[in-house]
Amino acid sequence: MGTLNIVNKSPFEKRTLDQCLKRIGEGDSVLLIEDASVSAVLGTASAELLLNASKQSKLYVLGPDLQARGFADATLLDSIESVDYEGFVNLVVTHDRVHSWL
Amino acid sequence: MEDDENQGGEIKKFLYVNRRQPHGTVYALESLETVLIGAAFDQDVSMLFIDDGVYQLKKEQSPDVMEFKNFSKTYKALEMYDVEKVFVERESLEERGLGVDDLLIDVEVIASADVKALVDQNDVILSF
Amino acid sequence: MTIEVNGKSLDTDEEGYLADLSQWEPDVATVMAEIDECELSDNHWEVINFLREYYEEYQIAPAVRVLTKAIGKKLGKDKGSSKYLYELYPYGPAKQACKYAGLPKPTGCV
Repeated sequence: MGTLNIVNKSPFEKRTLDQCLKRIGEGDSVLLIEDASVSAVLGTASAELLLNASKQSKLYVLGPDLQARGFADATLLDSIESVDYEGFVNLVVTHDRVHSWL
Repeated sequence: MEDDENQGGEIKKFLYVNRRQPHGTVYALESLETVLIGAAFDQDVSMLFIDDGVYQLKKEQSPDVMEFKNFSKTYKALEMYDVEKVFVERESLEERGLGVDDLLIDVEVIASADVKALVDQNDVILSF
Repeated sequence: MTIEVNGKSLDTDEEGYLADLSQWEPDVATVMAEIDECELSDNHWEVINFLREYYEEYQIAPAVRVLTKAIGKKLGKDKGSSKYLYELYPYGPAKQACKYAGLPKPTGCV
């Protein structure tokens, strides 16, 4: 199944998330990790960007990275699923390839 | 079908995605060296330049004024290493006021909308 | 390590490649060849000069496959063969000749 795109930069500092989202499509997934994880929280300026992307791609966030940043109990955007490390590994093996947007 | 699978196991297709300017960080040079090493070992290699990565191919770079190595000349050697699939995204060029005439090698220009299809054709994606 | 060339001592890395490429002069090649007990003929020099020009143009020491092909194009088919180049440079045409030419170790050489 498609490409698993991993983004680790905060969308409030770098444009990596935007640059990734505009080049993916049907069957692709995005996993937000590290500094990108905060964009999964409800009520940020990147909500619209992610909402649009969720129409054709599956979006995930790495839970432990949110937890580390104080958002363990935060409400996430509807279209984003939180995964743990095991879920991360599952995503890697269920996709055809991984694209890490450094 | 079986043959295809066997071949996929042996010769993987590598796509190197270049997204950064050439001289601010070491990514561009590292990417280029990795490409050349891969090509020397007969890997099936493609390169894609998007976002600030298109600046890597700008003509007339003179990083020697800052005493940096002018590795922009090395992109001209790619063809001799049989790296012939070099793609540049049109939108990235346009955003930066650049065109193919500004680039130091012949490339295939593709639209942003075609990047996914290119990625889908490859087995391994390495982003720099 | 260092080598002595015309009264100057030049630094090399542990494999004998010149540390500062700008210190190269033709006698560097002669001295390095003497260390390997090899005498440089016109044919050796042809390859060394070719590599110097190649590096100036592309800023890279070519892998052996690329060197062989490029030499064939420039100096004729007879010379663009591994056999010819290995006879001249038995330690490996890319490695040994690049060293004499003052180039870094070829990219893709392990």
